[in-house]
Amino acid sequence: MSKPLYGATEDPVWVRYGLIALVVAFVGLMLVLPLIAVFAQALAKGLQGSLKALSDPDALAAIRLTLMTAAIAVPCNTFLGVCAAWAIAKQDFLFKSVLISLIDLPFSVSPVVAGLAYVLVFGLQGWFGRWLEAHDIKIIFAIPGIVLATVFVTFPFVARELIPLMQAQGRDEEEAAVSLGAGGLTTFLRVTAPNIRWGLMYGVLLCNARAMGEFGAVSVVSGHIRGVTDTMPLHVEILYNEYDMVGAFSVAALLCLLAIATLVLKAVVERLQPQLTNATAPQTAPTRP
Amino acid sequence: MTWTEGAWRFQSLRRPSVIPGFGLTFGVTLLGLCLVVLIPLTAVLARSALMGSAAFAQAAFSARALHAYGLSLSAALIGASVNAVFGLATAWVLVRYAFPGRAMLNALVDLPFAPPTAVAGISLAGLYGATGWIGRLLAPLGIKAAYNELGVVIALTFVGLPFVVRTVEPVLRDLASDVEEAAASLGADRLQILARVVLPALAPAWITGFALAFARAVGEYGSVIFIAGNMPYKTEIAPLLITIELEQFDYGSASAIAAVMLAIALAMLLTINGVQAWAERFAK
Repeated sequence: MSKPLYGATEDPVWVRYGLIALVVAFVGLMLVLPLIAVFAQALAKGLQGSLKALSDPDALAAIRLTLMTAAIAVPCNTFLGVCAAWAIAKQDFLFKSVLISLIDLPFSVSPVVAGLAYVLVFGLQGWFGRWLEAHDIKIIFAIPGIVLATVFVTFPFVARELIPLMQAQGRDEEEAAVSLGAGGLTTFLRVTAPNIRWGLMYGVLLCNARAMGEFGAVSVVSGHIRGVTDTMPLHVEILYNEYDMVGAFSVAALLCLLAIATLVLKAVVERLQPQLTNATAPQTAPTRP
Repeated sequence: MTWTEGAWRFQSLRRPSVIPGFGLTFGVTLLGLCLVVLIPLTAVLARSALMGSAAFAQAAFSARALHAYGLSLSAALIGASVNAVFGLATAWVLVRYAFPGRAMLNALVDLPFAPPTAVAGISLAGLYGATGWIGRLLAPLGIKAAYNELGVVIALTFVGLPFVVRTVEPVLRDLASDVEEAAASLGADRLQILARVVLPALAPAWITGFALAFARAVGEYGSVIFIAGNMPYKTEIAPLLITIELEQFDYGSASAIAAVMLAIALAMLLTINGVQAWAERFAK
């Protein structure tokens, strides 16, 4: 009996090694090779050439703008994501599934359509265009437009990460806290936050990676003014189209390093998770030992 | 006894309102959603609705636009299909086999989520171009992999890669092996178990992952424009056509094409939700 059981629940050795080889080859060809190519091209003229390209004032301005955009968009979406997850996971209301679908909408809308949407609302021909021009406020082809487009594209990331997690955790602990007299904010900070912090961190990391890397939506609303409304991905495009390969791939390599750092952080978070949930002291409750 | 029972029932009926913060969190969510997502997207629909049906049809269904939708949809379909096959294999390998480098492989799968699509675009264009590492190997075989339709497929395969893996993987992990053992003890062989027990359980997640990869690929812009060559009627994708109309300040035509793209996105979203609702019923 034991032999067919083994044969029926485990794959033969050749299938196993064949599948592993196939998957490794596919991932290597599709993901690792492009990554290596970026660094190889960036370092084509040595580290010096690459660093020189990165210290160009326009490149520095692009790096600053990208960091600033992420610094505004990520906290915005973190707050919105936590609120959405709380409402959806801890409350009951009609049309909840409709709300969840709408939160997912930016995932499936083309970034270019998102950019166009903001142009139609805030651009010169748009709904508020005349009013904004009269009050000398620039949104499209300026930094606020870039931030708004980034918020749109990264809107679902935190919420999407938290909703299934908080739904799976149930409401018992929050209800216990409330029945013991805790207010809403105390309940969130002392009970919910320690439970969701790893999921939250993962969502924020993904949100941040996408915020720094968004191209399509930002490209439509930015206006491509060098040194002013150029984010890092847009700067990559400009340099590439000018056949400045070392420059383009140097900025690209820096973006890749940011992405790799994100993935490493994510892996660390995932590895720490089981150990720390067993630990006695949640970080957010300093009163306990 | 009856009093506590009554109180308990009262509590469980009032359950939704026990935890505070509904007004604030629901309000913030709805406000954010309206300001960031719904109002701007309504502007696209409003703009294209105001054009009048003749002008709308002329812009949205011109021969050039139709070709662009066709390319976006068919290349996305091929890319998502490739990912469905390899994504299932990757999820299987990650969950079922222990081998050195598994953690590394697991981390690498998320790579397309992280770096900007523009970076992927220039990198893939360099690799598959006639002088690139891969393009050089393909050229003697008479295969051109960049600046044509194949280039579009390669880019769209890249962006959709993690979706199938990441939706199938958790379901596969939760799939208890005792179900397989039970099937085996009842006399099923390996192929029967895979076909009758494992695959049906994975099907909803698999389809969801496929649909997500497809939806992402249809709207993809950044990684495609560098490798596609962007020739009208040949390798021009729909999102690119929108930016071209925008550069000519033809906001009406851009909105018309965008409205069609939005309709496709909504249809995809409904499909995904339908599959997930079906999967939940299936799970029970």
